[in-house]
Amino acid sequence: MIVDQDAWFDDAAGPLVRPYAVTGGRTRADTHGLDLITLVVAVREPAGDLEPESLRILRVCQAPMSVVEVAAHVNLPLQVVKVLLSDLITQNLMIYRSAGPSAEAPSPQILQAVLDGIRKL
Amino acid sequence: MASGNSERDVTATAVKIVVAGGFGVGKTTLVGSVSEIPPLRTEELITEASAGVDDLSGVERKNTTTVALDFGRITINPKLILYLFGTPGQNRFWFMWDELARGALGAVVLADTRRLDSCFPAVDFFEGRGVPFIVGVNCFDDAHRYTVEEVRAALDLDPHVPVVLCDARARQSTKDVLITLMQYVLARTRLASAR
Ligand SMILES: Nc1nc2c(ncn2[C@@H]2O[C@H](COP(=O)(O)OP(=O)(O)OP(=O)(O)O)[C@@H](O)[C@H]2O)c(=O)[nH]1
Ligand SMILES: [Mg+2]
Repeated sequence: MIVDQDAWFDDAAGPLVRPYAVTGGRTRADTHGLDLITLVVAVREPAGDLEPESLRILRVCQAPMSVVEVAAHVNLPLQVVKVLLSDLITQNLMIYRSAGPSAEAPSPQILQAVLDGIRKL
Repeated sequence: MASGNSERDVTATAVKIVVAGGFGVGKTTLVGSVSEIPPLRTEELITEASAGVDDLSGVERKNTTTVALDFGRITINPKLILYLFGTPGQNRFWFMWDELARGALGAVVLADTRRLDSCFPAVDFFEGRGVPFIVGVNCFDDAHRYTVEEVRAALDLDPHVPVVLCDARARQSTKDVLITLMQYVLARTRLASAR
């Protein structure tokens, strides 16, 4: 059986749509296409005023970590964190490294390194 | 990528493995048994729009619920970080699975022999997306023990898909599951590049 690619919901769940994160009265979007495991790090102190949530994000991102870890640490929904991170990146307060084009298969070198790393645990 | 005049940089690569399976099958336990951090949890907002709504403007005013997803981390080396994701227990949130599966090295489908059918959706999903996966049969104490071949037949798996018995609570057992997965993924990749 092949999963229906359009089956984003089942009957029990009802129709579902992904909401935009609404922050500060504006509808904003993640303009950098951040993924769950995109790594981010704070690189600068903010000069002006920032929302408290953004300040919290900057504080937890003093070392590189993934978007999903940031969301867990600041205890905010993923989409909201993606939007706030995206704004911080646009303001040059953070930098990111995406997980690479996801359509591209990971290299055998990376796969081998992961295998070796798990063996050594 | 934004440039900074700071010494800080992001030079590491992040990769992920997805752990899927039915409700309560041991996904979080498996992630936790090898993760270097206690499994973390994050939530995604979902808007439950009323039926028949085709206009998405103003969706933020509709009821939102959340779907939780948990994950662990293994720092392979300073330049390579592996994340392990447990899929949300409720299979109905397929879009979450989409994001989880995108770019994943591979997946572990956990099966509970007391209710094998609960992992059918996960098997179907990864087969449909072409994500390499193996099946881990989580051996609960009170469960009737099936052989690997019986499980393979019941799930109607392709003959090359590895099936392993495991105990998600045991670190060594979970390591063996992940090693089997990575060997399988590597073999497939080598095969594909040799063609
Ligand atoms: N006997 C036995 N118990 C297990 C094993 N793996 C998990 N458990 C127990 O089963 C229960 C459910 O495990 P979880 O790891 O929370 O399962 P889950 O798949 O994350 O559950 P959901 O996220 O709710 O779908 C826990 O009480 C575990 O201690 C196993 O291999 N053997
Ligand atoms: Mg769980």
